[in-house]
Amino acid sequence: MPGLLDSDLVVVTGKGGVGKSTVAAALGLLAARRGMRAVVAEVSGRKDARRLLKGSGVDHVSITPRTAMEEYLRDQLPSGTLADLLASSGMFGSFVSATPGMHELLSIGKVWELAQPERRTPGAEPYDVVIFDAPASGHGLAMLAAPRTFSEAARVGPIHRQAGRIDATLSDPAQTAVIAVAIPEEMPVNETHELRRALAERLGRGLDAVVANGVAPDRFTDAEAAVIEAAIAAGETTAPGATPPAGGAAPAGAATADPLRAALWAHHRAQTHRTQLRRLRRGLDAKPVALPFVFTESLSRDDLAMLSALLEPLA
Amino acid sequence: MIARLADKRVIICAGAGGVGKTTTSAVVALGLAARGRRVAVITIDPAKRLANSLGLDALGNEPQRVSPRRLAGHGLELTGELWAMTLDSKRTFDDLVARLAPDERTRDEVLANRIYQQLSSAVAGSQEYTAMAKLYELDRDSGFDAIVLDTPPSRNALDFLDAPQRLTGFLESSALRAFLAPTGIAAKIAARGTGAVFAVLKRVTGVALLEDLSTFFRSLGGLLDGFRERAAGVQALLADPATTFLIVASPEYEPVEEAVFFGRELERAGLPFGGLIVNRVHEPVAGDAGALGDPGLAAKVAATVAEVNVLAARDAAAVERLRSALGDDAPVLVPHLDTDVHDVAGLVAIHRHLFGDGGAGARR
Repeated sequence: MPGLLDSDLVVVTGKGGVGKSTVAAALGLLAARRGMRAVVAEVSGRKDARRLLKGSGVDHVSITPRTAMEEYLRDQLPSGTLADLLASSGMFGSFVSATPGMHELLSIGKVWELAQPERRTPGAEPYDVVIFDAPASGHGLAMLAAPRTFSEAARVGPIHRQAGRIDATLSDPAQTAVIAVAIPEEMPVNETHELRRALAERLGRGLDAVVANGVAPDRFTDAEAAVIEAAIAAGETTAPGATPPAGGAAPAGAATADPLRAALWAHHRAQTHRTQLRRLRRGLDAKPVALPFVFTESLSRDDLAMLSALLEPLA
Repeated sequence: MIARLADKRVIICAGAGGVGKTTTSAVVALGLAARGRRVAVITIDPAKRLANSLGLDALGNEPQRVSPRRLAGHGLELTGELWAMTLDSKRTFDDLVARLAPDERTRDEVLANRIYQQLSSAVAGSQEYTAMAKLYELDRDSGFDAIVLDTPPSRNALDFLDAPQRLTGFLESSALRAFLAPTGIAAKIAARGTGAVFAVLKRVTGVALLEDLSTFFRSLGGLLDGFRERAAGVQALLADPATTFLIVASPEYEPVEEAVFFGRELERAGLPFGGLIVNRVHEPVAGDAGALGDPGLAAKVAATVAEVNVLAARDAAAVERLRSALGDDAPVLVPHLDTDVHDVAGLVAIHRHLFGDGGAGARR
């Protein structure tokens, strides 16, 4: 089975806050370690993965609608003079702002261009793999679907043609891999399954891999947790001064400043993660690759290297 | 927190994706309803379990009253009324068109247009627009004491602040004029125009697409007055002294930077910042687990404590950064619970932290 990095383009998406940029950067690092020329691309001017990739040898591109538009014009028109004429007349800008979805189309178009074996940008070297750190599921899907929508809506003409070519690349699992990142919690797991359904429905393709990110260490056995619970209960009967909050029961599972409670809290989180990992697994063709939660203030190069090594089976 | 919201009629919860905005919005609404107010919360894409636990399974794109019985046994009494809805973006857009269209023909023309269908359902930004439209409508028509708005998971906070102006701004702008003016693109299409710039535009876009667009804009033109009025209404509502923005964050790098950025944008736009809520905060842990009498287990506990303390240090730094950047000296800190919050019991647990009763708001 071909790995993710055999594709020209790897799209990384998932719910907001699940660590898409981290996974995208880790994949970039993995590609670089294999001697591949790799780039991580973001849109809407985002630069979330850039910080992680500094000095790694992996390129980073932050695409804005404006630069994507200008490049598109230069690519489509035989002379830079014509492109400048159209750009400076404001007419194309008006067209782009006026056309719903056009920003998305131009941005994904630029991502596509980066992944071409022969770059359309004059003088640009081809990449072995482009990793697209895409927007969160809903917006990410809208962006992946934009070329198909346009190739259908525009019927004929250059945008129809161009959008059709981009769509062909995105819908072809041999050229484009799509991976979903989730943390093992209710909403991100739901969104992963929704994304899978929507990809099938709108692009006629599947997910190539699912990464479960930020998995809590599963350290305590249930028996050990019971010992800890008993110790907490024993402590409560002897320790004075603990005031239960109004309304009865203690706040469910708040992390408190006590080691035993912290341990129990961690155990409960691990249990939640286990349950959610099972939900995530349901309906997927392959087992999600789990990345551990990294206990750190900010990810170091070593942390990223560790995560990228864990992604090896996918790549 | 409750004091800051006492005289507010519109409360908008903003923040990065994945920080718990929907839960926070629901809890704020719950808290106000527990203090005698008639409150509606507009949620965007809530977890199914949360929606179910509030009885939000019914579709309809209108607020449904949450039965006080659902709160029974949780130690919180709804002395007011809690209403909740899940935004259906496409439907809100369709309703808006139906309401603003001067006649049925225009309405059907717009609704059937492919460009419109894309605008209303697929495009990033339409959710932002419809959320604001729904907020405006509820505020104007429904007689709620307060409306709490959860916001869409934009990667950019500006997306929804700007949404109404972006749509109408563009309807009034050079973009549309370029299409509809007597010498605009639409006219040029009709006249099979050959002006140099237009010829180049045709070359890169294709005339069919331009024709579709001009048809769309022509029919949309009939709704322009309505959209304009609405945008002005939303604008006035955002600037109203009874409107406030709560910034919701979690103590990780990106949500923190997003929150700081959003705070700046609010200030730049002259919009009121009502307070900071930081979810999923870890508290430092001290003490030893020697009493367990099992060195192996104690070592595991110690390893866990070390991990939690790393996060506690990170979180303290994050809260400090937020506090100074946003100028909120008393942010509400909600601890990282050990389960996802997807039911009424969870909302009530968070409510304690948000609205006092010994919650984190009082603790510093």
